[in-house]
Amino acid sequence: MTGYALELAGIRRHFPVRDALGRPKGAVRAVDGVSLRVAPGEVLAIVGESGCGKSTLGRLALRLLEPDEGNVQVLGQEWTALSPRALRAARRDAQMIFQDPFASLDPRMTVAAAIEEPLILHTRLSRAERLKRVHELLARVGLRPETAVRYPHEFSGGQRQRIAIARAIASNPRIVIGDEPVSALDVSVQAQVLNLLMDLIREMGLAFILISHDLGVVRHVADRVAVMYLGRIVEEGPAAGIFAAPAHPYTRALLAAVPGQGAAEAEPIRGEMPSPIAPPPGCRFHTRCPFAVARCSAETPELLGTTHKVACHLAGELPPAAPFAEAHTGGERLSRLAAHFHREEA
Amino acid sequence: MLSVDRLSVTFQTARGPLRAVDDVSFTLEPGRTVALVGESGCGKSVTSLAIMGLLPGSARIGGRLSFEGRDLLALSAVERRKLSGGTLAMVFQEPMTSLNPAFTAGEQVAEALRVHEGLSAEAAMKRAVEMLDRVRIPDPARRAAQYPHQLSGGMRQRVMIAMALVCKPRLLIADEPTTALDVTVQAQILSLLAELKRETGTAILLVTHDLGVVADHADEVVVMYAGRVAETAPVGALFARPEHPYAIGLMGAAPRFATPGGRLASIAGTVPDLMSPPPGCRFAPRCPFGDDRCAEQPPMAPLAAGHQVACWVAPIA
Repeated sequence: MTGYALELAGIRRHFPVRDALGRPKGAVRAVDGVSLRVAPGEVLAIVGESGCGKSTLGRLALRLLEPDEGNVQVLGQEWTALSPRALRAARRDAQMIFQDPFASLDPRMTVAAAIEEPLILHTRLSRAERLKRVHELLARVGLRPETAVRYPHEFSGGQRQRIAIARAIASNPRIVIGDEPVSALDVSVQAQVLNLLMDLIREMGLAFILISHDLGVVRHVADRVAVMYLGRIVEEGPAAGIFAAPAHPYTRALLAAVPGQGAAEAEPIRGEMPSPIAPPPGCRFHTRCPFAVARCSAETPELLGTTHKVACHLAGELPPAAPFAEAHTGGERLSRLAAHFHREEA
Repeated sequence: MLSVDRLSVTFQTARGPLRAVDDVSFTLEPGRTVALVGESGCGKSVTSLAIMGLLPGSARIGGRLSFEGRDLLALSAVERRKLSGGTLAMVFQEPMTSLNPAFTAGEQVAEALRVHEGLSAEAAMKRAVEMLDRVRIPDPARRAAQYPHQLSGGMRQRVMIAMALVCKPRLLIADEPTTALDVTVQAQILSLLAELKRETGTAILLVTHDLGVVADHADEVVVMYAGRVAETAPVGALFARPEHPYAIGLMGAAPRFATPGGRLASIAGTVPDLMSPPPGCRFAPRCPFGDDRCAEQPPMAPLAAGHQVACWVAPIA
């Protein structure tokens, strides 16, 4: 046993691209050699912009997609080699929550049936015991027991996400991956779901991987952060360290772009992410990097370091970056007044 | 310049009349940005559509909308069309639904110039390419000849902004202009809007749910809840000292503005059904600060210069 809940080593997945006649003409290098570890009770955020490969990585981590190369270990068990049958059984330990619960909940299944399904698959509980557990789970995610007989379309987005969470934790998993789990929700509903997720992570000692483009949410919940750009991790480390001193030029640009830090004095980074079909050679960020030197277009930098790792030839030589500006402008008064809303929750 | 005075919008639905906007008032001056903030269904987008004259004919509009002294609600369809796209322009969240897939990016930007400034096709296209360059579309001449589906999301949003700005509108309504975009592209688009505002003195009505965008880009803020205005304030005052309990809850719920690592404010319950809103203050059923007075609708009351709040309990210590 390694002690890690989840370990990914050298994960690679390319999607072939064909031309109009079906002839292969290249591949989208969605995930291109990613290694990560997550400890029990730890929240690891994978951040990056559309097309960086973060969602694909989440699916690969649970073998919802098959990696071309690399290994997945869950609770010390090698998942890469599991037969489909063994994999189905092993899935009790690792579950996923998606952005759009409509896509993950069967519209013809009642809430009770949706939450009971993993219990049928993964436990030997009797029908009566299962129903009791369904009611416990509903209560745990803040839904009334009467909701059990209703269908997904009868619920709001926030309630549907609670149902998806109840289903995900039904089999008592050790690992949960949330792919943009609160991105589609209004701020006040998002807060309720985030509070619930953080409580569950703490109570169940879950290893949680949060895949998100929202750095405000990430700053709030993550212990560690991995930043992806064009299929690779460019920086990884403790959240506090990354937000205080982002090292990679892409991380710096990403953090600087988050609104709420005062109208940007600095010119925002130019251009857009290149196509993952033909990523730039060397460091994939060199085409947009304000610091790039000749070496950056020739040689791919490795992810180096002990706790705070960076994949940049110039790491350590760059001028210090501005830390992420926190925006809690309402100060002590806002915390004190906002706390009145917590009492309402209980 | 723009004055919205006691605006109300009612839709006829199968279940009966639904008042989506109720008694909304604010003003906007040249070179300023007013942000309309709130969550889904609060009436912010309906307010902006009313100003643009884009509501369906079945919507009943009450109150007054005046723009540079003209009564917008009294304009004929022809007068309206002359205004829209020229003096008054709009940018939406999803450029794919507002760009025409059958015309090139350049043709769509040039169209406004031909209609509003009477330019020839050739002169209009030349100006269109210049405008695409101004919104930082690389290789603008080539891009001008491409169709919307050949452009990335960020590029399409720039084309729409170019269309909106090419006739130098005096008022730009931007409804969630960057919500669908990645954060670095969002930063590029917002800095572009800020630059154009500085240069041309365009007034901007920014409709958004993103408090971070509001903090950086608005001068004044109108916080809406369930079709009504909860609080209006200069941006600094709102973020330093929100007074309406809904504004306090909203800021306490936003990870960027709440205490780092702490519990986020969780506003109990859900937004009221506008078919049968609660009597009195619409936030009262979810409000931890309320008392007996809240059974009656609170008036907008001034707290300081430009800072008004519709709450019996405010100011809260």
